[in-house]
Amino acid sequence: MADAPRRDLESTKTMKSVMGDYFTELCQGPERGTKTAWCTSVGPAELLYAMGFNVFFPENHGAMLGASRMATDLIPAANALGYSPDICSYLTSDIGSYLKNESPIQKMNLPGPPRADVLVFNTNQCRDVKDWFQFYAREWNVPCIGIHTPRSIGQIDEQLADYIGAQIESLIEPLERVSGEKFDPDRLRQVVALSRQCTELWKQVLLAAANRPAPLTFFDGTIQMGPAVVLRGTRQAVDYYQLLVDELNQRVAQGVGAVAGERFRIYWEGMPIWGKLSSLAKQFVELKTAVVASTYCNSWIFDALDPADPFRSMARAYSSIFICRSEEYKEQYIKQMVEEYQVDGILYHDAKTCPNNSNCRYEMPQRLQRQFGKPYLVINGDLNDLRLYSEEQARTNIEAFAEQLAET
Amino acid sequence: MDLSNRDYFCGIDIGASAAKLVLIDGQGRAAARAVRRSGLDYARTAEACLQEGLEKAGLAREQVAAACSTGYGRDNVPWVDGKMTEIACHGRGAFFHFHRAMTIIDIGAQDSKVIHLDQEGRRVGFKMNRKCAAGTGAFLEEIAYRLDLPLAELNGLAEAATREVSLGSFCTVFAATEVLEKIRAGQKVQDIVKGAFRSVVKRIAEMDIVRAELVMTGGVVAHNPYLAKLVEESFQTRVVVPPEPQFTGALGAALFARQGKQRTVP
Repeated sequence: MADAPRRDLESTKTMKSVMGDYFTELCQGPERGTKTAWCTSVGPAELLYAMGFNVFFPENHGAMLGASRMATDLIPAANALGYSPDICSYLTSDIGSYLKNESPIQKMNLPGPPRADVLVFNTNQCRDVKDWFQFYAREWNVPCIGIHTPRSIGQIDEQLADYIGAQIESLIEPLERVSGEKFDPDRLRQVVALSRQCTELWKQVLLAAANRPAPLTFFDGTIQMGPAVVLRGTRQAVDYYQLLVDELNQRVAQGVGAVAGERFRIYWEGMPIWGKLSSLAKQFVELKTAVVASTYCNSWIFDALDPADPFRSMARAYSSIFICRSEEYKEQYIKQMVEEYQVDGILYHDAKTCPNNSNCRYEMPQRLQRQFGKPYLVINGDLNDLRLYSEEQARTNIEAFAEQLAET
Repeated sequence: MDLSNRDYFCGIDIGASAAKLVLIDGQGRAAARAVRRSGLDYARTAEACLQEGLEKAGLAREQVAAACSTGYGRDNVPWVDGKMTEIACHGRGAFFHFHRAMTIIDIGAQDSKVIHLDQEGRRVGFKMNRKCAAGTGAFLEEIAYRLDLPLAELNGLAEAATREVSLGSFCTVFAATEVLEKIRAGQKVQDIVKGAFRSVVKRIAEMDIVRAELVMTGGVVAHNPYLAKLVEESFQTRVVVPPEPQFTGALGAALFARQGKQRTVP
């Protein structure tokens, strides 16, 4: 039987329009007098939306710079300014984009990222986000405020929820000074409730891939997660994911897989290689291998959000993400994912400029293989800086890994 | 010429530097080998290798029942029935000679691999070098260029060394600069070459651990057998090298062709 070609998800058209509206609103906001807050992707977006800000997420812009393959040309401009080629290439490509005034947003006939009136970070992912935001704070003389989350967190206990919750609450006053409006706790509860709904739907989207064959892959997930990153806390995100869940349920009912003739199922650990998503997706289709789950896409599931206790539940949610957790937690998490998604092998992406989200550097692959016997592969690359990626080596490694899975 | 025997199989390994071809009979015995520079047109190089092989073996093209390609240029050979990666082929070729669990070190022109096989010859893991020429043939080529030596002389010089000059740099370019410093300091050429060999071995040693008997394959050890001795010293274990180690990958490909299992995914 001839293989069916890979089918695109119908919902993607709607997603593109939802994202297009988001960027249009974002770019037109300043003319209408709406203030713009820049926020880290796993920062307190709910608070910012509740206080009437338009919210821009530089990490999302970083991913766009990577996916559009503009990043590698822009990074050197930031390097020359003093930002090392060894640090976060989201940071260097975004600052490079600002310096050279080149952005994929301009391709939508929009002026580009709106200037921040305030920058709000959370160091739950890394220190680089704060360094990144401070560049713009100096550049535009605007406040840069944020949350300092501990690293290597084991249990999310009450003490931690209090500590981080208080930090989030303390952002209200400086944000009120920027917005000129009074904080409304009811509004925050509504936004947190919408964000919770978005998370539950996003979780259903990803869980659909636990089916055999998987109706979507990691490569779909990296594109589909846009609204969960930039519009969580809004009605648009909830409506979109309901549509996507319905389509995926239909695929599952009909036994339609994203990869025709799915033979192997892989877990992707680490960052996407944004500039190579389509060629990697194509190679995995050729190998009849579905990348069914990833740490990356699952990092936007915030189970802890609770409108009844917004600050402390946001604290719990944003301190629960994989990247800021202890090694023991991470091992347990991957083990559970491997079981839940019936994974045959684990691919670790060692992203040169993202040590915090490269989990293969402290012997984890070897330990996990000893623990539950799944073969692993490490590929060297980067999220955005394609100078650090050897396509031929990655291609051969992935092909050889599929051969190995076929042997075992 | 007995054209009725169609029981021959072809493996072709188009590497970053050299293309290697092996023709085997139904028992896996080599009927002919051919090697030439991979050049710029892989399809043409492959064709030339095949013609040379057929001529040496006294075979007609029709007598080759199946062919399999491997190496960087594995997608560029129009007449093969399938392809496998060089990782699979070096494993298969080495296992043909040594029927047991082993750790294979394959040093090629552009990359190095450590491949682990179990006692059945199944691959249980592998590592490739990072995006870096350290620990590969390209490193030795660069050092030979800096020392103004033909590549063929490196092995004899390293063997003749009375002491060893240590090269500390991880990076090939910086190591070449270090070589210039050693020349200026009046170090003997053979001692510098031995230091360069040692550097290759160090880069390999940090890639992975050895799990079973060590087997070395690839063009670099074929031309520089002294490297195997240094690997033995470094890993404190016996190293075996199959006959014609430069052709191990091509042999593996030919064996896959014979087995009719020539594709990563059938």
